[in-house]
Order: sequence, then structure tokens, then C-alpha cells
Amino acid sequence: MTAIRVGHLYPDYLNIYADRGNIAVLARRAAWRGHELDVTALGMGDAVVPGEHDLYYVGGGQDREQLLVAEDLVAKAEALREAVTAGAALLAVCGGYQLLGRGYRGFHGEDMPGIGLLPLETVAGERRMIGDVLLECEFQPGEKRTLAGFENHAGRTRLDPGAQPLGRVLAGFGNDGESGFEGCRAGRVIGTYLHGPLLPRNGWLADWLLEQALAHRLGADDPPSLEPLPDELERRAHEVSAARARARGGRFG
Amino acid sequence: MSRYARPVRLRPPLALEIAVARGVAALSRGVGAGGGTTIPGKLLAELDRGAIDRLAARLANGTAVVSATNGKTTTTAMTAEILRPRHSLAHNAAGANLVSGVASTLLSAGAVDLGLFEVDEAALPELVQRLRPRAICLGNLFRDQLDRYGELELVAERWRDAVADLPEAAQLVYNADDPQLAAVSEAHSSRVAFGLDDPRVARPSLQHAADSKYCVRCGTPYEYTAAYVGHLGAYRCPRGDHARPALDVAAREIEVQGRERASFRLDTPEGSRPVELALPGLYNVYNAVAAAALARSLGAELDEIAAGLGRFSAAFGRFERVNVGDKRILLLLIKNPAGANEAVRTLVDGGAPHVLVVALNDEIADGRDVSWIWDVDFEPLLPTLERLVASGGRAAELALRFRYGGLDHGAIEVEPDLGNALDRGLELTQNGGELVLLPTYTAMLALQRILASRGLAKPYWERSR
Repeated sequence: MTAIRVGHLYPDYLNIYADRGNIAVLARRAAWRGHELDVTALGMGDAVVPGEHDLYYVGGGQDREQLLVAEDLVAKAEALREAVTAGAALLAVCGGYQLLGRGYRGFHGEDMPGIGLLPLETVAGERRMIGDVLLECEFQPGEKRTLAGFENHAGRTRLDPGAQPLGRVLAGFGNDGESGFEGCRAGRVIGTYLHGPLLPRNGWLADWLLEQALAHRLGADDPPSLEPLPDELERRAHEVSAARARARGGRFG
Repeated sequence: MSRYARPVRLRPPLALEIAVARGVAALSRGVGAGGGTTIPGKLLAELDRGAIDRLAARLANGTAVVSATNGKTTTTAMTAEILRPRHSLAHNAAGANLVSGVASTLLSAGAVDLGLFEVDEAALPELVQRLRPRAICLGNLFRDQLDRYGELELVAERWRDAVADLPEAAQLVYNADDPQLAAVSEAHSSRVAFGLDDPRVARPSLQHAADSKYCVRCGTPYEYTAAYVGHLGAYRCPRGDHARPALDVAAREIEVQGRERASFRLDTPEGSRPVELALPGLYNVYNAVAAAALARSLGAELDEIAAGLGRFSAAFGRFERVNVGDKRILLLLIKNPAGANEAVRTLVDGGAPHVLVVALNDEIADGRDVSWIWDVDFEPLLPTLERLVASGGRAAELALRFRYGGLDHGAIEVEPDLGNALDRGLELTQNGGELVLLPTYTAMLALQRILASRGLAKPYWERSR
């Protein structure tokens, strides 16, 4: 049994889209394989100590809460950069995703600082992009898998040239409603707009994150392979969510 | 100048519009297309939105409106029960609470003297402009259907506009236990604060899904001496920037009695009365004290208020008991984390069920984003839960919520079809026992239709008066 150490950033502020569902999924799927998930809240003023956590999680918040944490996150930026450079994994959803880029330019010109951990920036758009989303990801060449979720964001996120998206949009808006791509992936760091929450109906991504975190924990270069789970309910939920995305697409709100 | 543009076209005579729209409602019922509760209003709103203003202006005793994320249907129905002996009401009892629903209610009302409307949160600014109410009750703001309403702050912003548009003489009755509403209400001078004041029934800490946790002025987390429902309670900013206002109308000495009843002492500037409710749960105490404060602002006496609340049974579909042979069905609507948490708390207080049917739909009226179920604290139900029947369009997602919450895979059945889920739930319920159903809004309507088609309950459009 290995204890996987998770640093959950600002759970009191960034939790608008049921982010605790993602944590619950990671915890159970680790436990079903005999590992323990040891979750620490990293709130305002708390220090990030590189090496102390194998996986970081940043959720989404309302504009007001996001603004409240943005400045504090800047103070944690260097330590976080050091931690992920040393192989810690990170998942950031919605507001957390925006904060990982260089920043957020508001509609009326007001800016929110980001920490530049991912090669992207976000600009406010006039209308929110709301709806079910379906992505196709290819983490290994030739190995295509889908992610189903829900998006609700006013920000248009633009990746820098050469940056790797999380996936290709099959249905829905994605990063900006134009590029055809969603999210961003850099090594073991993933940012995405997909909530719903993301992990319950996309078990393979939860396992991928756990494997990356285990690699960091064990100091291994290659992540270990977790034994597969039956995932019958997960597949059914994924199929319904994917069908919604195909049928309804996204709409401007 | 109104922010809501009126269509530029010639206006037909009001009487003609009314006649046409009423005819459509009768036709809708005739072909079995439902209650026709909003169709005539939609037609009228199409013909001429300003007709609503003129219809409302004809009411001798004006109008009153109620809005809230949770409890607006129940609060409005309680207020109607209190006022019924002294007023003839136009009341949108079946919950049609958009502009079209209010228009329909005004159209179908005969000789009435007072309009009493529950109003959708997003429709409040326009309806305040059109109805020019003499009293308005703001109940609470919780996170709800983010895909439809947007963020809480956005709704609060709209309500600020609505408060700014209130006629100066209008009474603003607001829940002072909600920091956001206390701040929104400050702009209006003629206001009445209501709330709960009984730390014995408070929760030990804020719930997971609590909203509005940070001072509206400085962003510091509030300190709570008592948290009752979600973020509603007695709060103060530790830096002294904001605190709960003094309560004008308060519920004290609160007793909640399981799944059945609740009671409290109603304190007002005119005196106190004991109130007995035939409804369970602290959230219904909030609804009752809101209704009491609103009815008082509309001229009701204390004795009428206590009697009316005592007579009240339940608002359409929110809380319903139906007998099926020698078994009973208890139906509790769930639609967002704060409301669902109260339903769970009420069940646990009254003895948690062994069998549970939960139905999750994702139509527009339910919210297409189902992530909110992960913010509900279902966990207190798990220790005694032997079988969950997960139903509705998103049954599998709901099953995952319970599975990852810690319920055994073997205890979960997925049955998307509501009729089958109902049958299965009843089959699992012992003779003499009670089956608990927790449906989202459109699942609740569908279950009502199923119960009606089996002759177990009346269709909703026949029960709403």
C-alpha cells in the first residue's frame, strides 16, 4: 500500500462545480487498488512545499472567489513550478485552469494574474459557452479515448503555438469555441474546462492521474499500471453524457 | 425608460386579448396537453407584454411577489393560506413563475382583489417593473442551476436592480440570515428583516456546499454563531464590516419533529404566537416565517397568521404523501444542494429509509449540468440504506454519486424509466412501510403523471387551488 499525497488548493473557495466529486473518485479508485489517498487542503497563506505532494488539484470558483485566490496563488507559483518540474501531477478545472495560464483579461479590461504554469492565456468573451462536451484524447500515439463533461465559461482560452491541448472537440465549444481543441496538457499537468465533475464518468483519466502521482511517489520514471476496474456504471454514465453532447452540443448563454 | 423593450405594434383591446388567450388555455386542457398553465400567458406576452401591467393595475389591493432559490412555491402557498379569509387571490399556485405564468394567472383570475405571485429569480426585475408590487419577499439565494441562472453574484446583481425599481412605499421583506440578501436590501428604506433565532437547532458547522461565505464588503470569511440551512444563519464579519441585521420577525423555540411536523414561536413587534406546522424540516420553518412576515406586511393579524400556517398542508409537489394499497409514498422534490441537503436531514431526523428511489433528470427545468448532485451531502443516508433505485435520464450518474460516496455496488439498481423505478421501489418496501422518492423537477412532474394515471393522485392542474 502506498499513500498518494494530494494537495487540494483552495477547497473552501474553488468548489463551484462539485470539485469534491473528483477527489472522491481519486480516493475510491486508489483504495480499490489498495492505495490510500492522503488529501491536504492548501488554503490562503498556506505554503506549497515541493516534494510533499504527488498530485495537486485546483477547482473552479465564481468570479469573486477566483479573484480572491488569484493573488495568493501567485505567491505559491514558484513552489508549484518546482513541484511539477520534479514530476508531481496536477489537475486544474475551469477557474483553476485559467489561473494556471498567464492570466485572465476581463471584459472591461480588469486583469486577474495567472501563474504561467501552462502556455496559455484567457480573455473574457461576450457570451458564456455552456453545455455538454465530448473530447477525443490521444495521450499515446494511436490510443484514442474520449472524455465527456460539461462546460460553462465566459473565458476564451488561447494556447501558445506548439502547446498541446488535452483533446480534440467532438461536440461542444472547448477552449474558445473556434480552435476545435479543449484544455491543455504539459507533462503531468492537465488543465481543462470540463466539469460535471470530470472524473466519475471518465475513469481512465482518474487512473492516469493516479499512475502519474504514484510514479512521483515511488520515484519511478515510468508510471506503474493500475489493474483495470469493471467500470460498468462509469461506462453507462459516460455514454449518456457523450450522447447529450452529440445531441445538444453547446449553446451560448 | 423600461429596460424591457415593448414590441412596436398596434395594441388590440385588452378584453379581446384576454378572450383569445383564455380560449387557448381551455383548448390546451381539452386536448390533454397539460394544465395550460402558461400557454395563455405566453400568447398574451407575445401579443402585448404591457397587458400584464394593466391587468395587475386593476387589482384593488395590488400585488405581492415572492422570490427565492428554494421555498418560493411553499412560502407563497403559505401566504395564500393566511390571506385567503380576507382576500380573493390571483395566485400562481402550480409554480408557473415566469412572466408568461404570471400573465396566465392574471388572465384566468375572476373577481380577485390581490395578486400573490411566486417569481423566478431571473424574472424578478422585469416583474417588479410590470407589477409594481406593494410588498416583495426575498427568501434566499443558493447556488442553483449554474448553466441556467449563472453565478450567484449575477442573480444578486439582478435583484439589486429589482430592489432599486421598487415603488418607494413598497414593503421589502427579506431573509436577514442570508448575507447576500441583507446587503441587497439595504438600498430600500421600508424593509422588514426576518430570520431564525435558536442556536439549539443550528448545524455544528457550515455545510460543504455553503455559498456566500465571505463578507460582502471585505471578503473575510464570516463567523457564524449559528448556521441553520446552508449559509443562512447568524453571521458577522470578524473585521466588523457586516453582520446580520436585527430581526423584526423571528422564529424562536423551534422544535423539528422528524418527517412529520415542526413548531416554533413567532415573534413580531406586535407580539408572539405559537405556530404548529404540518410540515417537517428547518427549511419549512424558514418558509413559514417568511410567509408570516409577508402576510403581516399585507395587513394580516397575528392570529390569522398562526391559524393560516397551522391549516397549511403542502404546496404542489414539494412534499407529498400518497397511499398505495397498504404502503405509502413520500415524495420530496430535490433541485439543488441546499434544498437536497435539507431533504436528507429531514429524512435522517425521522429515521433514515432502507429503500430509496432517487430520480435525476437533466432537462432545462432541472438544469442540464448535473454536477450539483456531488455537492449534496447524501452520506448521512448511507449507513441504513440497503437499496438505492437510481432513476431518470441521468440514473447512471446518480448511481456513481452514491457508489463513490461509499455505497456498495450490490446495493445499487439503475432503472432510468420512472414508472419501473416506482414499481421496483414499492416492491422493495414492506407492507405498512413508506417508500421515499427524491425526484428532480421534471422527474417529479412525470411521477405525478404516473400516479395520476394510476388513479392515485389528481392531475396537478386540478389540485392547484
